[in-house]
Amino acid sequence: MTALLAQLAPGNFRAPTLDFHALAPEIVLLVTLVVLVLLDSIKLERARASMPAVTNIGLLAALIPLVTLAADGGTRVMFGGSYVVDPMSLVLKALFIVSAYVVVLLSTNYVAEGDYWESEYYVLLVSSVLGMVVMASSRDLIGIFVALELLSIPAYMLAAWRKGDVRSNEAGLKYYLMGVFASAILLYGMSLVFGVGGSTRLVDIGLRLEEIGTEGVPVVTLALVFVLIGFAFKVSAVPFHVWAPDTYEGAPTPVTAFLAVASKAAGFVALIQIVYFCFIVRPDIIQPIFFVLAVLSMTVGNLIALRQTNVVRMLAYSGIAQAGFMLAPFVVAGELPVQSRQAVVIYLVIYAAMNLGAFAVVIAIARKTGSGEIESFGGLFQYMPGMAVALTLFLASLIGIPPLGGWYAKFSVFKVLVEAQTGLGWATAIVMAVNTAIAAYYYLRVARAMWFDDAPDGDTTPVKVPAGLTAAVTLALVATLVFGVLPGLLSDLTSFQPLALGG
Amino acid sequence: MLLNQFLLLAAVLFCVGVYGVIVRKNGVLVLMSVELILNAVNINLIAFSTLWGLAGQVFALFVIAVAAAEVGVGLAIVILIYRNKRSIDIDELDELKG
Repeated sequence: MTALLAQLAPGNFRAPTLDFHALAPEIVLLVTLVVLVLLDSIKLERARASMPAVTNIGLLAALIPLVTLAADGGTRVMFGGSYVVDPMSLVLKALFIVSAYVVVLLSTNYVAEGDYWESEYYVLLVSSVLGMVVMASSRDLIGIFVALELLSIPAYMLAAWRKGDVRSNEAGLKYYLMGVFASAILLYGMSLVFGVGGSTRLVDIGLRLEEIGTEGVPVVTLALVFVLIGFAFKVSAVPFHVWAPDTYEGAPTPVTAFLAVASKAAGFVALIQIVYFCFIVRPDIIQPIFFVLAVLSMTVGNLIALRQTNVVRMLAYSGIAQAGFMLAPFVVAGELPVQSRQAVVIYLVIYAAMNLGAFAVVIAIARKTGSGEIESFGGLFQYMPGMAVALTLFLASLIGIPPLGGWYAKFSVFKVLVEAQTGLGWATAIVMAVNTAIAAYYYLRVARAMWFDDAPDGDTTPVKVPAGLTAAVTLALVATLVFGVLPGLLSDLTSFQPLALGG
Repeated sequence: MLLNQFLLLAAVLFCVGVYGVIVRKNGVLVLMSVELILNAVNINLIAFSTLWGLAGQVFALFVIAVAAAEVGVGLAIVILIYRNKRSIDIDELDELKG
């Protein structure tokens, strides 16, 4: 306490130096947030129509400083290493912001036609994105915790968005209760990490863990297990996945797309920070844990997905299986830190493109059928061939068929697992290959309904798809194709220097 | 040094909280159990800060502030459920399954 008071005494206090260029994306998002709130409170109902446009402009404006920072190159360190802007965090920030942009395109008509609280919707969306962007740069336990809550709390409210609908309420409450429980366990783990590591800064904790060697294995393991439980919930890895299908089905579908892509990616980013900057020195502990998580997630997710009849629930279980694929590179984090981290980031980017695309088509079709049952997709090719082809391509990409993006994502994960030359790495690769084959069955079932079945009620009048949805589908389709045909583009973008590890 | 006693107290609180989350059927009581876990976290952090300095106490302050925001949202959602269903028993929430 006296140390703190001495620091506060006049003359002793030094404000930390702020690098405003490095913080510019966060500042732009914060300004967008404030503008949205003010616009709503000053112009009330009259502002409703302009909300999506303002949000989109804000999100695009936040991309500009990302580009200038990338052109500048190098690593910017702030607050004694607690906040680092390096090439990896720039790629991830761009991923979050572009995903949010696509989600706004998906939401515009859905929210406007549903007569819900539009202004609040976009405010919550932007504040959740702000949390994700902060997460990408946090290299400190406190920063990661605050970013995690900043992105989660608005997401709970978004899931319960349709206030009068019991299903949406239930989706929100399930997500909320599991979320706070997981973050409480995560915090308990973090308090143990702080106790063992002696600092809240990840780099310092990593150094200290290296120093104590194999001493104190039980408490380090316990700390890591608790921290992992917290993030396993966020990325919906088995056995912490039970909330995902219910929440995905009950929440408004654009929100589901946001949770399935951006929120999941944020959980993975947090895992990357914790594992690669801190626990990387203890591969003996992280390898078995990640092996179990990855293998369980892909197997259980795929097997339950097989018997789903609702497309959104199927996509939820497929998302659980995909999370298993993304957890796989962590198994060899100790052997090949740089390559396995690259594999996770490549998978995250491609997964975002193909999954957002799939959700966009599902939203477009639900405008006609009003349901997400697989049967209601029957005969789609006859009356909406464009959407049927797009959804088929996204599903093929999720399976991993070349030349679509999903192929390269899976390939990079296999490559790193095999290159590591470890028993667990080989075992994970084999389980993953089997699961890829299982997954093909349920993805192709949807495709078969679209191409070969007849429309369930014989109604084949095409529905008018709003421009925003078409733009979202096109954007996702172009990204999926480009990443698949020109994988070098993405691997250049994500070939981070090992130097950044010390950031 | 009394560090171990504090850590034991926190561990007991943590277990009570986890038990409460798993067993309780009432939405508000589940929230209270989560609060118990968070208190265990705070005790841990402050106990460890006797070893490592102020960072733990700062962390504890952040935990308190964020937990308050979380509970605010949680109670709002529970009220929403109560308005629509006249009950906050979480076992009765079974519209979504499969």
